[in-house]
Amino acid sequence: MRGFIKFVKKETLHILRDSRTMLIALLMPVVQILLFGFAISTEVNNVNVAVVVPKWSEDIRQSVNKLAANPYITYKGAIAEHDIDRFLRSGQADAIVFFAHDYDNIIQQWKTNAAGKPSMQFIMDASNTNVAQAGAGYLGNILAGELQQSANLVETHMLFNPQMKSAFNFVPGIMGMVFILICAILTSVSIVREKETGTMDVLLVSPVRPLSIILAKLVPYFALSCINLASILLLAHYMLEIPLTGNLGSIIIVSLVYLVLSLSLGLLVSTVAKTQVVALLVSAAVMLMPIVMLSGMMFPIENMPAVLQPVSAIVPARWYIEAMRKLMIQGAPFGLIMKDFIILVFMTLGLLAIALKNFKDKLQ
Amino acid sequence: MSTSPLAIEVNNISKSYGTIMALDHVTLNVKRGEIFGLIGPDGAGKTTLFKILVTLLNADEGDARVDDLDVVKDYREIRARVGYMPGKFSLYPDLSIEENMEFFATLFGVTVEQNYDLVAPIYKQIEPFKKRRAGRLSGGMKQKLALSCALIHKPSVLFLDEPTTGVDAVSRSEFWDMLHGLKQQGLSILVSTPYMDEASRCDRIALCNSGRVLDIDTPQHMVEKFDGSLYAIKSSHMFQLLKDLRSLKTVANCYTAGEYHHLLAGDGFDAGQLVQSLTAQGHEDVELKGIVPDIEDVFIKLLSNES
Repeated sequence: MRGFIKFVKKETLHILRDSRTMLIALLMPVVQILLFGFAISTEVNNVNVAVVVPKWSEDIRQSVNKLAANPYITYKGAIAEHDIDRFLRSGQADAIVFFAHDYDNIIQQWKTNAAGKPSMQFIMDASNTNVAQAGAGYLGNILAGELQQSANLVETHMLFNPQMKSAFNFVPGIMGMVFILICAILTSVSIVREKETGTMDVLLVSPVRPLSIILAKLVPYFALSCINLASILLLAHYMLEIPLTGNLGSIIIVSLVYLVLSLSLGLLVSTVAKTQVVALLVSAAVMLMPIVMLSGMMFPIENMPAVLQPVSAIVPARWYIEAMRKLMIQGAPFGLIMKDFIILVFMTLGLLAIALKNFKDKLQ
Repeated sequence: MSTSPLAIEVNNISKSYGTIMALDHVTLNVKRGEIFGLIGPDGAGKTTLFKILVTLLNADEGDARVDDLDVVKDYREIRARVGYMPGKFSLYPDLSIEENMEFFATLFGVTVEQNYDLVAPIYKQIEPFKKRRAGRLSGGMKQKLALSCALIHKPSVLFLDEPTTGVDAVSRSEFWDMLHGLKQQGLSILVSTPYMDEASRCDRIALCNSGRVLDIDTPQHMVEKFDGSLYAIKSSHMFQLLKDLRSLKTVANCYTAGEYHHLLAGDGFDAGQLVQSLTAQGHEDVELKGIVPDIEDVFIKLLSNES
């Protein structure tokens, strides 16, 4: 035991003295959370809108005021009809609202009969489909909200993420990726480094089972990942305002299982790779790509070609991300993620078993 | 104490990597308390033999024993008993001298203080810098640290794979003095080197090349056994001289050796006549003298006998 603590201390020294790697390991999750949370978002939160009003009235004035007051809209003023094309082309406006000249009458008709002609036209710059789609939706809600209430038969509620913030979707994905990066890649590289520099030979020619040295290596990386887990959860809650309504204990337990799984993956890679570069490439190609592409982090699994859907089932991150979404955003109880949890536990045990079996205490 | 007078026994060991035969039926014994040198150029199979003996590799054929233990069956026991210093610097460059020492002591379940006496003569020389990271040490200091780490658990047999490669001449000489100090303490040492001039510092040596042992003996015996007359020769045109001498039937072998060429006399060799004929061929200042062979000459002769 004294030995084991000493080995952990030695690994910790390796990490602490490699300040660049440590900085990357600690800052990467923070930077990713900030990037995905703020910079890279699929939601549209600024639509430039100009209006064309052939004949002003009190109703129109009120509608335009509502428009200008909305935080997702930047009101660009009223323009003449012949300027529409110029405004859209120059990019000064993403959308034009064209009020009908007998607007007041049409509205009156709608209010009494719940039927009538269109009262306004949205002209969208659809060169950016995201902005055009979202913008049309916003405008419809803001300007026709009143009318829809009387005319619409369908009522939509956005549960769990009423503002449709994309960060909600990304945070579990980033967690799935960051832990693989830190636990699997850094660990495998650090184990393979011992092979490459020849220290593994010296370690092998000693009474200590090399496995215990390897296990000692996993401890500081596990600790590092726990720090990351804490920083991600804090950032997610306080900066991205993700409610984390679910049981925090469940989130942590599932994450810890996923950490061990990532460490086992790293161990497995290290038994295969002979050089640090190979370890890095294997990790990146075999682990990172499938996580980004197949885990559902970016692209919904339901949208994948039928062939790829079963493949995604063997990507551990898929189950972790799924569980995290349910726990963090829906606030689901532990019972609902039992399936994901059990799959993760079995994957962990399987990987650990293969890694340990593969670990040789002789050279090839 | 063990019963066998042998620290290492190697019987008919062969090992190949694909089609390359790294070791070809090698047999040798190292007695307890002796410094045994494996001497040969790169690719002679020295490192492979070391790896088999320290149980990192399994041989394809043959068997070997270290400290009376079988290298395949009892490999765990052997690992606890031997000290191994690989050819490449294999310590942690980001840890200090002190931290490396402590780590390797822990690895073997001892403390630095426990076996301080054994390593003291070596470790004392680097102890003033013990806070320095191993990666920032000079070649000689790295070597001393590596030796200290290999010794810290008081091994019965010490394996040193090319310990003096890349180390300056003064440090190399010091290093051999240290090995003799360790021998006094009763250690058996197997050491490999590509430098022929270090052979004389060993009790016995094995000359090897391309996976085969050419001869095993004490360095003195090897030189004494050398049959044939050896000469050193030089002239104003050294390259032409080499070509001319090699074309002569009375010269068995001729090769460069620093300032001189060494020349092994063949049948019908006449020193006086040779100088005359060389001068007639246009060589000036021809100097020819009989010399006592060294290990390198022995090695070259053994090589030419082989082919």
